[in-house]
Amino acid sequence: MQDLYRKIYKDPRFHDLESKRRRFSWTLATLTLFTYYTFVLIVAFKPQLFAATLSESTVITWGIPLGIIVIVISFILTGIYVYRANREFDVIAREIIDSFSTDKTDN
Amino acid sequence: MKALLVLLFLIVCQSALADSSKGEVAGQPLNITAILMFLAFVIATLGITYWAAKRTKTTRDFYAAGGGITGLQNGLAIAGDYMSAASFLGISGLVFASGFDGLLYSIGFLVGWPIILFLLAERLRNLGKYTFADAVSFRLKPLPIRSLAASGTLCVVLLYLIAQMVGAGKLIQILFGLEYYIAVFIVGFLMILYVTFGGMIATTWVQIIKAVLLLFGASFIAMAVMFKMDFSFETLFTSAIETHDKGVSIMSPGGLVSDPVSAISLGLALMFGTAGLPHILMRFFTVPDAQAARKSVFYATGFIGYFYILTFIIGFGAIVMLTNNPEFLDIESGGILGGNNMAAIHLSQAVGGDVFLGFISAVAFATILAVVSGLTLSGASAISHDIYASVIRHGRAGEGEEVRVSRIATIALGITAILLGIIFEKQNVAYMVGLAFAIAASVNFPILFLSMYWQGLSTRGAFFGGAAGLLTAITCMILGPTIWVDILGNAEPIFPYKHPALLSMSVAFSMIIIISLLDKSESAKQEKEIFQDQYVRSQTGLGAEGASSH
Repeated sequence: MQDLYRKIYKDPRFHDLESKRRRFSWTLATLTLFTYYTFVLIVAFKPQLFAATLSESTVITWGIPLGIIVIVISFILTGIYVYRANREFDVIAREIIDSFSTDKTDN
Repeated sequence: MKALLVLLFLIVCQSALADSSKGEVAGQPLNITAILMFLAFVIATLGITYWAAKRTKTTRDFYAAGGGITGLQNGLAIAGDYMSAASFLGISGLVFASGFDGLLYSIGFLVGWPIILFLLAERLRNLGKYTFADAVSFRLKPLPIRSLAASGTLCVVLLYLIAQMVGAGKLIQILFGLEYYIAVFIVGFLMILYVTFGGMIATTWVQIIKAVLLLFGASFIAMAVMFKMDFSFETLFTSAIETHDKGVSIMSPGGLVSDPVSAISLGLALMFGTAGLPHILMRFFTVPDAQAARKSVFYATGFIGYFYILTFIIGFGAIVMLTNNPEFLDIESGGILGGNNMAAIHLSQAVGGDVFLGFISAVAFATILAVVSGLTLSGASAISHDIYASVIRHGRAGEGEEVRVSRIATIALGITAILLGIIFEKQNVAYMVGLAFAIAASVNFPILFLSMYWQGLSTRGAFFGGAAGLLTAITCMILGPTIWVDILGNAEPIFPYKHPALLSMSVAFSMIIIISLLDKSESAKQEKEIFQDQYVRSQTGLGAEGASSH
């Protein structure tokens, strides 16, 4: 198994996959952290922003829909990740593994 | 199994008789609908346990349900594991008491999930077998790493268990009219049965059933509230502002998180603590591959997010419908009967009558059972898989032997939980879940995360850095305002902040990194070399547990 791991590690397709996935997952993770900490820091430093109402005619403050949106965004981001990982990354990973295992049977 | 059921029924009946003969009851009169519904749940889950016991033969069955749980099932089970009675009753109670601030906690509890998905879930699935320590010891030395990971796991599990047991005892006392110690005993006894006989298969199905019941119950209450409000949020919020003592301020951030350091620290603990909870991480080994692991987080995030939005509506509904309702008011304190945490329970009675109250009470009981079962299984696997099989027997323990140790550990943990539940009855346990999250964020998360992402990590660094994180989290909590001042009665806290995660996580990460960098040993060099192999396996799933049969 270790030999196979080393071979794959040297394969440029693996590094393509790895860098694509890394860029994608860290972008999404940063988005999540950014959304959440913006929310937390506004609560800590500028709570009056969230206390403002949406318009003159309503009692609903900005904080409530924005809070719900943070929850919904988290869910959507997980959906985006799963969609791309299942359709793209898994297929590439499978191709790499298969190409090496056919090599083996040829030998 | 039948004998056990009869025994359980006798205990319930006897306590009912004892209560009625005494003429006074600690909580409320015995709630027959609730008890019948709960008994139905118990019979169904014991039936499942019986079925699961027949299918639990190997260690893989016992710890990981044979790896045969689907993504959707696991997503529901994760939701069932994570949505504790504390978050259902606690967060709706928090919204009832202070409005908007409750939403802050909900969001904090949710945002850990995307992070788990993007950074940990599939790598964990590809590297590990039964516990998260498996993934970390892929290239680090098993002895020190498993000892540390098991200590972190057991601290988290015990703290969480105490909080759940005490909460369970008090809740059941109020809901069912049972004595505190009987309630604690029933919870401990059933959880031992599920886990000892049915292992992960039974635990998973108990969590799935509970998740479905809880989501259904919470949806019904929230729908009923919105129906009364003509499906207008404007009406809901306007009536809540008119009714609540704090008036319009319930619509905006209040004093719950006043200083920025605490706000950030709490945020870190909730987010990264979730990613370090051993009973949650363990769930990723129950699915066949990384793809299913991914899907399960997607479903879990959806269910948990939906649930938190419901608790927000329920909290506001409770403000409108309970505040001036004499049926639910405690004349002495002026608040609602049983305290703010009872808001969701009373609201279920207000919107659905006694039958629905019985249903929600039974769901609350089931919720506690599902959560403590998951915790106990995770604690037992740390004892049997990490400590016994790897540290004591150096991997030479047979399958049967390991499962046997696991079952003994389950029984021991169950009895410990019952005893601790009784010892801590009169103590304030609210801080324990917070401490559990802080420890998970400062020990489990850093070593797991760095082992996957940083080639330079060495065993020495992980061990001492992780231990430093554990000690810092516990010390700061003891010297902080919650324990040092509120519980021990000292005038000034030595550590000024309520939430230690900001400090303890910084200590853990910096110590791990510094010690690893200074580690020039031969073994550290080897560990760096194996990183390549680990990297390929974590990215491709090649050689991962359970992938072989496909």
